[in-house]
Amino acid sequence: MLGEGILKGLAETARNFLGSYVSKDRLTTVQFPEERLPHIEAARSFPFLVYDGEDWQQGMRCVSCLICEKECPPKCIFIEKSKDKKPDAIGKPQFYPVAFNIDVSVCMSCQICVEVCPFDAIKMDIEFELSTNDRFGGLLWNKERLAKPNTYYGEIHPTEAAAVDAQLAEERAKLEAKAKLAAEAKAATVAAPPAQPLRETSEPTEGSGA
Amino acid sequence: MPEMVDQIFVICKHWLLGFAPAGVQPIFSALLSVVPVLVVFPLLFAITTVLERKGLGRIQNRYGPNRVGPCGFFQPIADAIKSLAKEDVVPDTADRVAHFLAPLLLVAAAFLAYAVLPIGRNMVVANLNAGVLFFFAVGSMVELAVFMAGWASRSKYSLLGAMRAIAQMISYEVPLVLASVVVIMAAGSLSTVAIVNAQASYTGIWPHWFVFTPWGFAGFVLFMIAATAESNRSPFDLPEGESEIIAGYYIEYSGFKFALFFLGEYLGMFATSGMAITLFLGGWAAPFSFLTWIPSYVWFFAKLLTLIAGFIWIRGTLPRLRMDQLMNFAWKFMLPMTLLNIFTAGVWHFTPAGYARWLVCVALVVAPFLLLSRGLQQEKKYGMRSYRFAE
Ligand code: SF4
Ligand code: SF4
Repeated sequence: MLGEGILKGLAETARNFLGSYVSKDRLTTVQFPEERLPHIEAARSFPFLVYDGEDWQQGMRCVSCLICEKECPPKCIFIEKSKDKKPDAIGKPQFYPVAFNIDVSVCMSCQICVEVCPFDAIKMDIEFELSTNDRFGGLLWNKERLAKPNTYYGEIHPTEAAAVDAQLAEERAKLEAKAKLAAEAKAATVAAPPAQPLRETSEPTEGSGA
Repeated sequence: MPEMVDQIFVICKHWLLGFAPAGVQPIFSALLSVVPVLVVFPLLFAITTVLERKGLGRIQNRYGPNRVGPCGFFQPIADAIKSLAKEDVVPDTADRVAHFLAPLLLVAAAFLAYAVLPIGRNMVVANLNAGVLFFFAVGSMVELAVFMAGWASRSKYSLLGAMRAIAQMISYEVPLVLASVVVIMAAGSLSTVAIVNAQASYTGIWPHWFVFTPWGFAGFVLFMIAATAESNRSPFDLPEGESEIIAGYYIEYSGFKFALFFLGEYLGMFATSGMAITLFLGGWAAPFSFLTWIPSYVWFFAKLLTLIAGFIWIRGTLPRLRMDQLMNFAWKFMLPMTLLNIFTAGVWHFTPAGYARWLVCVALVVAPFLLLSRGLQQEKKYGMRSYRFAE
């Protein structure tokens, strides 16, 4: 009969209406500023730059290879490469970014920069309360604003960070072993050739640095 | 004493009127009647918006607004400040004059309708002897305002929304008027005051409201359906259709003009609800004879709020109709039902009182309802869709 479904629907909504006053389980709304959900590991907002150790400038992992700058779809990363070198995460001398800016008003949180970075230097943050009253300067983040310690990375994405840390440790060990070998070889033959490039992955770095 | 409380506003008006010199008394009297209406109903609008948002929230198992003020009840103030502070954007190609006038006309038309609503005993702005007619005449001015808005904006969505609005409003105006004809027949008058007076008597404790007769009940339901369609509310909100034509005819409005459209729509809804109360629910009359000591205007607003709650409930329940369903419903169901209802009312009028009359009239309402709803439900059975080229 016409109207039967309407009555059924009205009964359902009335049940919801009254039920929401009686049982708290029905109300799934989280009253945000006061209540917060624990963060989800897979969450992401905007990228940040990882650094090891205490000093954010010394420990910055980014080697200024410019891959992320080129890959970023909306072109919101700006990097200026250094002239000199400093040791990177695994201890090899590398270039570093003199300037590293991300315009977060343009960034679309696609995580492509993270996927392409061969040095695990850029990762996704989970911070989302980012409002500012300066919509130009306040949303153009420089190197200092972007730099966050590796411990923070371990906090927000524990599984991912553990894998990255393990891999970096392995590479560091390999490098040390090689250095030791080279030193021994040097000791054996006094006139040894200078050290060769150690990693395949470091090739594009040298290439793009030209 | 109850008499005194009941008439307090009327007495106040006469007392205030005494201060005015004789020459300006008619104007002053009109002002004293009009200003309360201009204050009370927009206030009711403000309260309704927050109640509606809270009610809809609860229906969807949410809290609804609960931030501004105690329990979120100052939300309308925040909304008003926001809409006042917003930039008023007028499209470049818009017809500026019509674009500007449309919201004003809508609100003015909505307010005019209150002139004939008896809010309490002796409380009516203008007791016209063709009050019901005036009400519907003014009500159709809303259509003009809506089409002005849609046309003047020069936007496809506005125009689509306006066309839908016109098609819908004109289609539903017919059953709206026809549904109220039964009451005019029974009361024998077009004056709203006379209609309420006809219902304000009691048998035992039971009132003589028209809704408690078969034709009155059917008329009330039909009137409310048509009123929902007239005020563009869900499930008849096709002209606005947020999810398809964004906001329909008022998409190109911003800031306070947008708020005016909202105000106009809600005022229209209150006015048609008020008319439904006047016609079928006994106006300001109390529902039981032993409750007559409660002031009449309290009853009117209690009934109004109940109907508004009903509107909100319906809005939270039903999805939007399709255009063809809307039109089928108007012309294949509402129109024949209202016409037959007039016949039923005639039968009721000319048969002697008793159980036989009830039986005949209930049958006269139920049988066409069943038949017509069967007709509505007969839908074409569509087979699997076949594609000519995309296989
Ligand atoms: S997340 Fe995407 S858009 Fe944002 S900086 Fe990285 S690559 Fe660019
Ligand atoms: S890809 Fe990684 S290492 Fe290369 S510039 Fe970007 S953040 Fe730095």
